[in-house]
Amino acid sequence: MIETLTFTYPASARVARRAHVGVVASGNCELLLEPSPEPCASVTVRTSVGGYATTWEAVLARFFARHSIAVRLEIDDFGATPAVVAMRLEQALEQAR
Amino acid sequence: MTPHIGDSYAERNARERAQALLDPGTFREVLGPFARLRSPYLAAQGVAAQSDDGVVVARGTLGGERACVLATDGRFLGGAIGEIGGAKIAASLELARRDAERGTPTRVVLAFDSGGIRLQEANLGLLAIAEICDAVVALRAHQPVVAVIAGRVGVYGGMSIVTALCNEVIVTEGARIGLNGPDVVETEAGADEFDASNRPLVWKATGGRRRFAQGHATALVADDMPDIRAAVEEAFARNRSFVAIAHPDFPDPALEREAFLRAYGVTP
Repeated sequence: MIETLTFTYPASARVARRAHVGVVASGNCELLLEPSPEPCASVTVRTSVGGYATTWEAVLARFFARHSIAVRLEIDDFGATPAVVAMRLEQALEQAR
Repeated sequence: MTPHIGDSYAERNARERAQALLDPGTFREVLGPFARLRSPYLAAQGVAAQSDDGVVVARGTLGGERACVLATDGRFLGGAIGEIGGAKIAASLELARRDAERGTPTRVVLAFDSGGIRLQEANLGLLAIAEICDAVVALRAHQPVVAVIAGRVGVYGGMSIVTALCNEVIVTEGARIGLNGPDVVETEAGADEFDASNRPLVWKATGGRRRFAQGHATALVADDMPDIRAAVEEAFARNRSFVAIAHPDFPDPALEREAFLRAYGVTP
């Protein structure tokens, strides 16, 4: 079954535009990132690999601690490793800036 | 000596392929990722969905003329066709036919890379392929339909049938076209008959060079973007004096019904 996880982080910085990166392929994930009018980053993760909520929390908390961006982020995951997720996050930010 | 660094088509993703096929700067995506048209059937089967359902509908110009490139993403579930992705392709083809009927034609290029029907959506995938076949045949009555098969997957199953319906099929050596995939043949007929792990054998039987020699493809080109773009231009140029005729294999429904009844010995 697909596990759906949601996370929220306080955020203030704006991004210029939306970004789409990645692909739903084995060991990979797709990200949709959009500027949000709310003072927070709200994240929805849908993953086909269940039981890794704490790992997702660790990867996302580190990213949003470094980049306090007010965005709406959706991740569709097909077993991406934390390193791949971190790279996709940076890639999305690079496009959105 | 400076090595030649190819401008590969196969190494691009579906979106980048559509972009590279269209005239520079004209790419505009319809129903892209932010339309969030994900398959509603995959999650219940534990399969992650993708925001574009693996199909890129791209508008722009090709050789200065209005064009639509329909590209499937071979990396997502092998580029297999489900209900939504199939509907995106079928609807685009139907709109192209309407454009042709109104005298403002849109060139159509099918940049497929697909294992065929998405098994998770079974009958809906079958129906989608039927609709796509129908739409290609209807469009073909007005203008040539061009396929570019040059990705890592190739086309198999229903998508090989759609490809066979096209007027022009451009392939590379790395491409493959087959009705049944190598693994399916091996499973059904045994490894003695067809060893799917034998890559040279798979390409010898279903590869682009073979399909070109057999006449299933109309052009064999290198996996280099300028060559592929030139082949697409040539394909349209070859069909400049395209004479629209109804395909004899697809008679009108009344004749088809009569033939069916006759074949089964039924008196209408």
